[in-house]
Order: sequence, then C-alpha cells, then structure tokens
Amino acid sequence: MKQEYTITVHTENHIGLLNRIAIIFSRRKINVQSMNTSPSEIPGIHRFTIVINESEEVVVKLIRQIEKQVEVLKARYNTNDEIIWQELALYKVSTDMIADKISVERLLREYGARAVVIRRDFVIFEVSGHREETERLVKFFEPHGLIEFVRTARVAITKSSQGFHQTLKEFEEKEPGTDRVVENKYLDKNEEVFSM
Amino acid sequence: MSSSQQDTAVLKKPVEEKKEKMISGSEAVMLSLLEEGVDTIFGYPGGAIMPIYDSLYDFSEKIKHILVRHEQGGIHAAQGFARSSGKVGVVFATSGPGATNLVTGLADALIDSTPVVCVTGQVFAHLLGTDAFQETDVINITTPVTKWNYQVTDASEICSVLAKAFYIAKSGRPGPVLIDITKNAQIQKIKYDGYSKCDHIRSYRPKPKIRNEYIVQAAELINKAERPFVIFGQGIILGKAENEFKAFLEKSGIPAAWTILGLSALPTDHPLNVGMLGMHGNYGPNVLTNECDVLIAIGMRFDDRVTGRLDKYAKQAKVVHLDIDPAEIDKNVKSTVPVWGDCKETLPMLTKLMEKRDHSKWVSRFKEYMKEEVQLVINDELNPSTEKMTMGEVINILNELTKGDAVIVTDVGQHQMVACRYARFTQSKSNITSGGLGTMGFALPAAIGAKFGAPDRTVVAIIGDGGFQMTLQELGTIMQSGVDVKILILNNEFLGMVRQWQQLFHDKRYSFVDITSPDFVMIAKGYGIDGQRVSDRTNLKAALKTMLDHKGSYLLEVMVGKENNVFPMVPQGCSVAEIRLK
Ligand SMILES: Cc1ncc(C[n+]2csc(CCOP(=O)(O)OP(=O)(O)O)c2C)c(N)n1
Repeated sequence: MKQEYTITVHTENHIGLLNRIAIIFSRRKINVQSMNTSPSEIPGIHRFTIVINESEEVVVKLIRQIEKQVEVLKARYNTNDEIIWQELALYKVSTDMIADKISVERLLREYGARAVVIRRDFVIFEVSGHREETERLVKFFEPHGLIEFVRTARVAITKSSQGFHQTLKEFEEKEPGTDRVVENKYLDKNEEVFSM
Repeated sequence: MSSSQQDTAVLKKPVEEKKEKMISGSEAVMLSLLEEGVDTIFGYPGGAIMPIYDSLYDFSEKIKHILVRHEQGGIHAAQGFARSSGKVGVVFATSGPGATNLVTGLADALIDSTPVVCVTGQVFAHLLGTDAFQETDVINITTPVTKWNYQVTDASEICSVLAKAFYIAKSGRPGPVLIDITKNAQIQKIKYDGYSKCDHIRSYRPKPKIRNEYIVQAAELINKAERPFVIFGQGIILGKAENEFKAFLEKSGIPAAWTILGLSALPTDHPLNVGMLGMHGNYGPNVLTNECDVLIAIGMRFDDRVTGRLDKYAKQAKVVHLDIDPAEIDKNVKSTVPVWGDCKETLPMLTKLMEKRDHSKWVSRFKEYMKEEVQLVINDELNPSTEKMTMGEVINILNELTKGDAVIVTDVGQHQMVACRYARFTQSKSNITSGGLGTMGFALPAAIGAKFGAPDRTVVAIIGDGGFQMTLQELGTIMQSGVDVKILILNNEFLGMVRQWQQLFHDKRYSFVDITSPDFVMIAKGYGIDGQRVSDRTNLKAALKTMLDHKGSYLLEVMVGKENNVFPMVPQGCSVAEIRLK
C-alpha cells in the first residue's frame, strides 16, 4: 500500500551528494514530494529530509540504495505518525486588500499566521504547520488575490526521544553495519576525520 | 615531437629523494599511484591532462603506460586487468570527449563490480561552468555510473583523494571511481610529506557486520534440506573465497550452479559443479531451481537473465542469500535468511555448522537432465553433422588444446553464451565477460588488459563479427605494446544474437542484423598481426593450434553457420522451468 513516508538521511556535507541521492529516486521514476537539506545536531553532519508517496517495500529498497552511497552515514524512514513535522509557507498580499476586506485579527488567531513584513504596498504573512494548515490560508486569500506564495520542504524529527547516536545504534542491531559505526568514534571528531 | 621530449627530459632535474619537498599536483598523482602499487596505466592524453602526462614521462621506468586507441578501450582494458589480476585497474583520460568516452566502461564496471580508478583531466578551475574548450560536467555525467567520484581543484587534496579512491574502488563490493583533476591543480606546487593509505571512511561501511544468528539459522535450514541447491556469482571471486567455497560445498555435498560472472570460481570438472544458470544456461540448473527446497545464493544478485520471470522463480524454496552488499538482499528475491557479509568470512562460519551430507541422489537429478541436454542440444553443438561449423565445436577443440588453463575473454552475443556454456576452466579469474551491461566491443580491449594483468597466462578473446568491429582499433594497441592476445572471431555474418531473437520472436523479420565485415585477416596484417581464416572443419584444429603456439598476438577467424541458434533458452518473460531445448 502506498502512503507518505519521510526519509531521513545523515550524510557528510559534500558537493555532489545531493545529486547522488536525487538520482536514486529519479532513476526509478519516483516523484519526490519534498526534499530539504540542513545541518544536524552533529557538527559537520548534514541531514536530508525527503518525502515520498510509496509502498514500504519500495522505501526499504530505496533506503538501502541511499545507504550504499559512500558519504551516507545512515538513512531511515518513518510514517507520519512516528514524526513531528512542519512546513513553512510565505504569503504576499496587498496591504489595501488586508485593510479593506480582511480581519487581521482573525487571520492571526484562526490561521496561526504571523506578519513578517508590513509595507505600504504589501504584507507578508508566514504560517508553519502541516500541509493542510498552510493550504487553508491559500484558500482563504485566493478570492482576494494572493500576489505570491511559497512553501518549504518538510522538516521532520522523530518522536522517539533519542538523538542520532542512539538511533544509529538501534538500527545497527537490526540492520547490517560494521563495528566501526556502532561505536562511531569519529562522529564527534570532525577534525580527525579523513576528509577533504 | 619525441626527440624534443627527450631533450626536455634531459634538461629536467632528477626527482629529489628528500622526505618533505615541493612537488606539482601531477607529481602527487604519480607518487600516489606508486604508493598504491600501480604498475600499469591504460590511457590517452589530451590538453587538460597534459601536466599529468608530463609527469608520467619522468616515471615511465616505474609505471608502464599503455596507449590505447580510444578511451573506451582504455577502461575496458583496465577492467580486464582488474579481473585477471584481482588488482585495481587504472585509466587516464583527458577532459570533455576523453572523459565522456569512459562512460560505457564505467557503467560496465559498476554493474559487474570491477575495481577501476579513472583519473581525468579537467579545464582550469576558473573556467568550470563557462563552456570552455573541452569542458564537460564529468562529475555529474558519471555520478550514476560510479561508486564514487570527486573533482579536485586544489593540489593539496590529490594524495588524500587518490588514497580514498583506491580504498573505495577495491573494498566492499568493488566498483569504479573517477577523479577529475582541474589543470590548475595539476600544475600547482604543494609540499609533499609522504603518502598515507586510506583504511576507513566514517560514513562508508564496505563490510556489513556479520550476524551470527543468521549464520545459525541458515545452517539449520541447510542441514534440514532434502534438495538444497547453491547458485553462485562473482562474489566468490571478488571475495577471494574460492577455497572457502569449495570447502563448504564438499562438506555439505550440495550441487552448485554458476552465473556467467561466477564462472571459473569452481573448476568445471568439480563433481558438484552442475553447470550454468540463466537464459542460456543448462537444463538441470534452470528446471531444478523450481524444485529445490533450499536455494543458497552466494555472491550473486538475481539478475533477470538468471531468474527469468520473478513471480515464478523458486517460489517453493526457502532462500538463503549471502552477499556483501545489503542492497542486493531482498532486492529481487525475498530471502528467508539474509546473510550479510564478506563470503570469505561467512562461508567458513557456515561450513563449521554444516553436517557432512551426501546428496548424491539429488545431484544425480542434475546429471539426468544433463544427459537429456547432451542428447538434444550439446552433441549437435560440439560434434555437428552439419556442413557448416558450429561455435561450440570451436570452443570444444580450444578446450582440448588449452586444457582449460587459458583466460577466456568474451564479447557479447551468441559466441559469448556458447563460450560460457562450453569453455572449461581449471582456475579462478579465468572467465572475463561483460555480464551485467552486455557491452559489445568489450572483449578486445579487455583481453589486452587481462594479459597485462596475468602475463604468464594464455589469453584468448572470443568475439563476434559485430562486436569486433566496435573496438577493432585496439589492434593498434596490440601492435604498439606487443602484448600477446589470441583473437578468435566466430563469424556468422550476422548480429547473431539479435537475429536469433528475430527468428524466434519476430517472425524471422531480420531487421538490420545482416552485417558485412571487412577482411579481418587483412586488417590484422595491416597492424602487423598474423592470422588466418578457416571455413573448413578439417583445418580447424590445426588453425587453433597455430594460433595458440604462435609467438605473439594472432587473429583466427572461423566461419560458422549463419543461422545457428544458442539453446537451451529461457524466453524472456518465461519461468526458468519453461526453458526450451529448441
Ligand atoms: C554496444 C551494444 N550495442 C548493441 C547491443 C545489442 N546486441 C546484443 S548481442 C548483439 C549481436 C552481436 O553480434 P556479433 O558480435 O556478431 O556476435 P554473435 O551474436 O553473432 O555471436 C547485439 C547487436 C549490445 N549488446 N551492445
């Protein structure tokens, strides 16, 4: 059964890796719904958050292909109920429209919006939340004229309380790995790591 | 040109021997290669790699450079070298067209897990992305076809990057690595204070941790099995685990069949060797795949040419899959017990837990099928009553003369399947073929490389009339390097394998498979290579003997029946049990 999966990949921060990961999906004609790259809690280690709609069987195979990449430390996947996630959206609307037709108070209260910029000619609002929440405000503005809209990729954190080190250990129990990574003594010591 | 080169060489100061010294990026490349034990490079120069070639000039006593005639030939030669020697093959090429010419070889090496390191020159770093002369985005072009690639723009990285390149290429599941070095980095001077080899990368796990409980579970399954069947691939050869494998088989008494990349890992006449798997494999191994109760796959990846239709493949069997690459496990065939790890280590662990068994009744089922196959297919192929010669009879006589000791390099097509089916082997690393990619044009350059990788062995390249014309320019490489390669062209005056499919599945509509050939013997003569053509069976054995006894390279063209087919055959989309004998 297909459903939304969030794939989290911890990697070295190297040029070219984005492409290596992206082509694992495109080669199999899998549409990536969103992809985000960011730093992680470990200095020097990068984190990809990728959302796709696929069956678990396919996702497991993708995870193994991703992990096969030399510069990937760990890839894992979660269903939506295992993670906390957010997307951030920005909305540009005309100031006149806001002043004439809309209750700003309602906007802020009901939609959890925040005004980021207020100018004579336009106002920019920001909403963060799940897709439905950011989508709701689009629907709301649409009849009045939305000048510009943009939304980020999903960022997600697992509900389990341990960080990457611990999760990595747990995965090692179930999945293949070498002793070296289980006690990844290099993980906290970026300067001692063989890198370029 | 050559005399002026010599002059500059004389004028150049000898390389200093001090520990810490200033060197150019290009010298760093050469020193790194020496540290990695490289003694042979296959390459082709050009503008963007000239500083490296300039440096190579100073090292030509320590490192042999084989000038190929096309970069694709260069990388195929490096593949052949790697596969006959077990070492890493090394290639030099220039930017732009030089680098793009490597792509087919990279794809071939990736899918067949061959350790190769390619060094390509690149335009100056400040010109990247400007469409400069011979600039192409080599890193992005080669990303899907390399295990790892990296662009160096600063010479201080060269030694550590090359150390990493060699480590990645040969460790775990081997594969090709490409290092692109911009010209400024080749020229740049750096302080050289020694080379250190790479032995770990924190994000890279070449060998998955072996899980003992899986070994135990696998052993239980196998010990209980009534009809266990081993299928093996190149993992045995890459893991240098031939002896461990034999020990496992001999204790457990299990019959074993091979993929074409696994061929030669187990001697042909080993009593438990029951033959070839897959589309043109033997009758018994294919049919009995669907009758065994435990299928033990070792260092193989269930390619569709091996499995036929997946949803009808070994459904009755419990599957034990041994592989070093976790991504292969459960990829095509779901395993009952996954045994992650290097088979050099997992096989002995498994052997220890094996009960000594004798499965001779089960093994005899394979022999019965073999009898039938001999009667209905093999006899006619090896001892034909037709006027025209068959490919099989050529291989059969070749076996007789080489006693199975030669390295056989094949191209792609009918001759490849016939050679794999009938060639006999006494030692490992002896069958070199383009399996996963099926690259026509592979054999001639790969045979050149194979001979450099195993100089004491006889190397025979078996090639079709079509495939030979894809890389025949490498005859120039043979001529210039003096390498001794026996070239056996099996000429059916067709693109035979495609014709066979057209005959069987496209109502004999022979669409563009009728290929004309030049006079191959005359072409060889043009390159100073002796040869002859044989059209008559009575001369075949003598001609093969002449070829093998000849000092140096030799080309033998054998005219075979135009419309002979390779059987048995599992038609595409059919189950292995539906294998056809005609
Ligand atoms: C580079 C490349 N192009 C096309 C093919 C498709 N192909 C597979 S076998 C074959 C025919 C090979 O003919 P030949 O070399 O004469 O060998 P034969 O099958 O007759 O032994 C072709 C065209 C291929 N494998 N590789």
